[in-house]
Amino acid sequence: MTEQAHANAAAVNGSSLASLSLAGRVALVTGASRGIGRAVARTLAARGAAVAVNYSQREDAARELCEQIASEGGKAVAVGFDVSDPAAVDAGVAQVIAALGGLHILVNNAGVSIDALLLRANPDDFSRLLDINLKGAFNCSKAAARHLLRARADGRIINISSVVGEQGNAGQAMYAAAKAGLLGLTKSLARELASRGVTVNAVTPGFIDTDMTAAALHGEAREALLKQIPLARIGRPEEVAEAVAFLASNAASYITGHVLRVNGGLLI
Amino acid sequence: MTSTNDIETKVIAIVCEQLDVKAEDVNPSKTFTDDLGADSLAIVELVLAFEEAFGLKIPDAEVDSIKTVGNAIDYIKKNAGRAS
Repeated sequence: MTEQAHANAAAVNGSSLASLSLAGRVALVTGASRGIGRAVARTLAARGAAVAVNYSQREDAARELCEQIASEGGKAVAVGFDVSDPAAVDAGVAQVIAALGGLHILVNNAGVSIDALLLRANPDDFSRLLDINLKGAFNCSKAAARHLLRARADGRIINISSVVGEQGNAGQAMYAAAKAGLLGLTKSLARELASRGVTVNAVTPGFIDTDMTAAALHGEAREALLKQIPLARIGRPEEVAEAVAFLASNAASYITGHVLRVNGGLLI
Repeated sequence: MTSTNDIETKVIAIVCEQLDVKAEDVNPSKTFTDDLGADSLAIVELVLAFEEAFGLKIPDAEVDSIKTVGNAIDYIKKNAGRAS
């Protein structure tokens, strides 16, 4: 596997695929112990980035991912902090800098889902959703900003929003509000940091096969959902990771403030 | 311990590097925004550079009162070495 990884890297670097290479870059992926974050971390590492795998609770899974990335010829370190805690975020980013020497790419992926119809919705759940899903991205962006600005045109922020943030979903008003908030944050920061060449974009995944959706995608609900998806299947985390890796690379150097949909046609 | 002359020299060097201006165009009476062309992002980066070079933290409230090169030199002379 390692030989193949080296061969792939060599092929990328020596060809027109060089614009997709992330060699020499450092990426921080929040919430990377599983799901989309995990796939993003693996893909960025495979493209040559040194990756900081952030987790809040799943330390073992994060470390296991780092080992897996190392066995595939990549470099990764596990960094534990809660994105909703600004002081912890500051310390965590400092840890990334100390361990990996810089920071070029921030992927704000950490997020939770708490579903409820309005009449049964718990305001405390809404606060938690906003703290993790939206303020978390804000906290990490703020802590990383000075390093990303130094990276100039190599600097990237990629926010993982959701198709639900674009089109809403009954029973997910709070989650949708937080995810939609990420789009406003994305577009504002894109304008704010553009003068230094840093790009800021969002990816809006549709229904992706992860722990977050596993519980919701059974039987009739799953069948009803698949009928709405032109590609008639749920997405793989790797398919979202490909979009993130593209946006992180030089190939996307003229793309900023964009919302990149990865949803199988669920929303067109 | 940085002598006061060293501080002034270092501040001017940082200003030149951050704002892409020549040392002969920089003196304590120059304002960062009007005279030296710093936009809001440049001010932020300048403050970060001062913080890192002199091992101090400049609270946002103080940043607003640092309008000229001289303001920066005076602030750093008063607070250098006192990291938060």
